[in-house]
Amino acid sequence: MKTDRIVITATINGDERTFLADERDSLLEALRERIGLTGAKEGCNNGNCGACAVLLNGVLVNSCCVMAAEVEGAEISTVEGLAGTEGLHPLQQAFLEEAALQCGICTPGFLMASKALLDVNPHPTEHDVRFWLAGNLCRCTGYDKIIRAVLKAADEMGSNGR
Amino acid sequence: MQPVKYKRATSVAEAVSLLQGGGEYARPLAGGTDVIVQARERRRDIDLFVDIKHIPELMAISHDAGGVTIGAAAPLHEVYNDPQIVKQWLALTEAGHVIGGTAIQGRATLGGNLCNSSPAADSIPAMMVLDGVAHIAGPNGERDVSVREFCTAPGRNVLTLGEFVTSIRFPKPAAGSGAAWQRFIPRNEMDIAVVNAGSWVQLDGDIVRDARVALGAVAPTPIMVPGAAAALIGKPISDETIAAAGDAAKDAARPIDDMRGSIKQRKHLAKVLTERTLRLAVERARGQG
Repeated sequence: MKTDRIVITATINGDERTFLADERDSLLEALRERIGLTGAKEGCNNGNCGACAVLLNGVLVNSCCVMAAEVEGAEISTVEGLAGTEGLHPLQQAFLEEAALQCGICTPGFLMASKALLDVNPHPTEHDVRFWLAGNLCRCTGYDKIIRAVLKAADEMGSNGR
Repeated sequence: MQPVKYKRATSVAEAVSLLQGGGEYARPLAGGTDVIVQARERRRDIDLFVDIKHIPELMAISHDAGGVTIGAAAPLHEVYNDPQIVKQWLALTEAGHVIGGTAIQGRATLGGNLCNSSPAADSIPAMMVLDGVAHIAGPNGERDVSVREFCTAPGRNVLTLGEFVTSIRFPKPAAGSGAAWQRFIPRNEMDIAVVNAGSWVQLDGDIVRDARVALGAVAPTPIMVPGAAAALIGKPISDETIAAAGDAAKDAARPIDDMRGSIKQRKHLAKVLTERTLRLAVERARGQG
């Protein structure tokens, strides 16, 4: 059986983009291979590791568990859109300062998941952070530095009213 | 990914038509956190996804005087953030919060958890004790099936070709009732349940007027434990009756040995989780939990 090439129009990091994908592509595959946004990573391809996490209409999702066809008309935020024109996002800055990454494969997913947390809960406790980020796996850092970085960014954003 | 086509339905009738026309390997697509992975890993043969998330009644959470109707494709994060559901059907949210992680809950649904029909499904025992009823649409019209009767075997259920669940309805909890749900997993989060349990009690003073206990991951489908209810109903609630209910759960559990747990451990957990959820359900029935 043949699947079709399909045309999808979605708003990605604030820009309306129209792109070709295969009907059977996941959103992760479309981001990486059709659009060239390689921030989202394939870690497990089954919804367990969070390396592919992006925001879909503001909601944290694993892009390996979304079909590209589903995002017609939707808004997508990826790590490529996190930094503003004035420099890194406080989360990115905190990750650097707190050594919250080593190989960096999990980092885009952690950044998007952390942003999603701070969007709904600007003052999370450590427990809140650990539980929210449970779906993001890291093989390098041992997690504590990531947690510290998220809490640091939350403080920083809270005091700057961001 | 195996060759799978994608179509969107904007009405229940259109979805029925697309599913029926699509044949044996067509699947409704709600959250996709099970079916997309299954299609990719070829654990299920799927050649058509019918996206049902653009049918308004599939996504709605509607409260009325008699209870709540939760659209089968409403994502878990909307279900457990609904203040009325938190207030009146807390056990449902206890399960919803631990199905996968945050990103899974951004898409996964009660309808999908039910229709995937895993014996270890987290939400099903909670839905069973809360009297959930699945509303099904199909080529022969619409019908209702109690969640308690929905699953028939591992991964199998009562749906026939062209049918899909449009919503799940929960009646308003009876006065003096409380419910709770818990599971045992190796970590603190993510994981598939080694055992999970849901309990519901209705108290009249200290007397248990009615009770329901359901277990997951200890049989080919989630199961009710009538023996646990029988140990409680008509008697004052006590450590003894709770322990008897726990023993009934242990006896009713008929798990397998697998990588997640042994028969012995699962039967033990069935007793422990039944007793813990009963105690919590009692506290909530008394307005204290």
